[in-house]
Amino acid sequence: MSPVARASGASSAGRPVGGAPRIGVVDYGAGNLVSIGQALARVGAEVRRVRRSDDLHDVQGLVVPGVGAAGPAMRRLGRTGLVEPLRDWVAADRPFLGICLGLQLLFEGSDEDGAETLGLLAGRTVMLESAPRLPHIGWNQVERRRAHPLFAGIAPAADFYFVHSYAGRPAGTEGEAAILAETEHGRRFVSAVARGALLGVQFHPERSAGDGLRLLANFVAIAAEGGGRARVRPEAVSC
Amino acid sequence: MLTRRVVPCLDVADGRVVKGTRFIDLRDEGDPAELAERYVREGADEIVFLDIAAAPAGRATLLDAVRRTAGRAFVPLTVGGGVHSVPEMRAVLRSGADKVSLNTAAVADPDLVRRCARAFGRQAVVVAIDTRARPKGGWEVVVRGGRQPTGRDALAWAERAAELGAGELLVTSMDRDGTGEGFDLALLRAVAERVSVPVIASGGAAGPADFVAAVRAGADAVLAASIFHRRIHAIADVKAAMARAGIRVRAAGAIGAGAVA
Repeated sequence: MSPVARASGASSAGRPVGGAPRIGVVDYGAGNLVSIGQALARVGAEVRRVRRSDDLHDVQGLVVPGVGAAGPAMRRLGRTGLVEPLRDWVAADRPFLGICLGLQLLFEGSDEDGAETLGLLAGRTVMLESAPRLPHIGWNQVERRRAHPLFAGIAPAADFYFVHSYAGRPAGTEGEAAILAETEHGRRFVSAVARGALLGVQFHPERSAGDGLRLLANFVAIAAEGGGRARVRPEAVSC
Repeated sequence: MLTRRVVPCLDVADGRVVKGTRFIDLRDEGDPAELAERYVREGADEIVFLDIAAAPAGRATLLDAVRRTAGRAFVPLTVGGGVHSVPEMRAVLRSGADKVSLNTAAVADPDLVRRCARAFGRQAVVVAIDTRARPKGGWEVVVRGGRQPTGRDALAWAERAAELGAGELLVTSMDRDGTGEGFDLALLRAVAERVSVPVIASGGAAGPADFVAAVRAGADAVLAASIFHRRIHAIADVKAAMARAGIRVRAAGAIGAGAVA
């Protein structure tokens, strides 16, 4: 059985194959960990709180949540000593899911407060353009550009819950290639990215009811499979 | 394009859902987490808990209900009532709520809105504005469950609250609340024109047509309590009526939706 089939099969069964995968949730004081922890536990993960680099050693996947502005978040992250370990994690193409601010921090910088961010994805975080109302709060369609195991089993027109005023804008060929999904609020913005096992969503899967839980179950399955291998044959997955 | 949200509101006292005229003839209607989960199954896009007693004794049980709801409902959860400070808001968010709704405390201390937005981001701050129509036109802000007039102009307060850092405004017509006469559409239109943040309509819903009218008047979300509690209308019926009127709504789905066995 291919890793992909196993990953997607596991997510539809609700529990990843081979016991509970250990998912680390980065706790840097810039977000509510309660809901993401409860949602990951609900889809069968063993949730570990990651506060310092030592906490990373036996987790299989990493979730970086976060709300608020980039500057304070980067300062808090800096104090945990997790910036370099996170870079190493991504460089090793290990399963990583950034949520909301956790996605925005992957880019080079943020227009929100001029903060320099991790620079793991080419591009910047910019304010939503021509938005009828800001913040962009509510359920909106996530339109996928391509199939990906993260969205396995989720209807193409599914709505997810958003709460934000800024979004990452990938730049250059590499950035463009990482775009997984877009959403329209005024203009279109990038609502999901994927580059290998580096994944990010601008919406809140932990607050997006059934489809959100399914997405998290898919991430847990990807993490259980060791990340990179889960995308060997994406065409095998129906999204 | 965003869907328009349907938001059931649960009145909570001492950690239990109650129903009845506010503070009077309260009847125990069950466990907040259980009811919230049922509403989400029926298609609720968000849940609002209103701590109508907001008494210190009932606070711990409320926060426990928030915690249990957050672990079962998996949609945004807003808690209103009993928050007068940043530490009180922190306690609510740490229990698993996504947003806090500030009402009387924000009118008394508008800077509270700014402090809370700065501490937790504006997306976490809802300012609830209770209003009554003025005899000569316009609307006045009222507090303490509508019993106390403030003399303050509701539209000016809406603008100011948004400037201070409210991420959303929950606008209630106390004239219509509980009457079933429909939302005050002129009020919604006036607020939606004045502010750029999302507006949640509240007070007066009797049936699905009222939800459609509120959205057409500019509401981004529509909140109701009694018509859902009393099962006069199901959330799914309201959403179906909205969809028929050409309003985009989220398809109702089970909480697990097959993701979890």
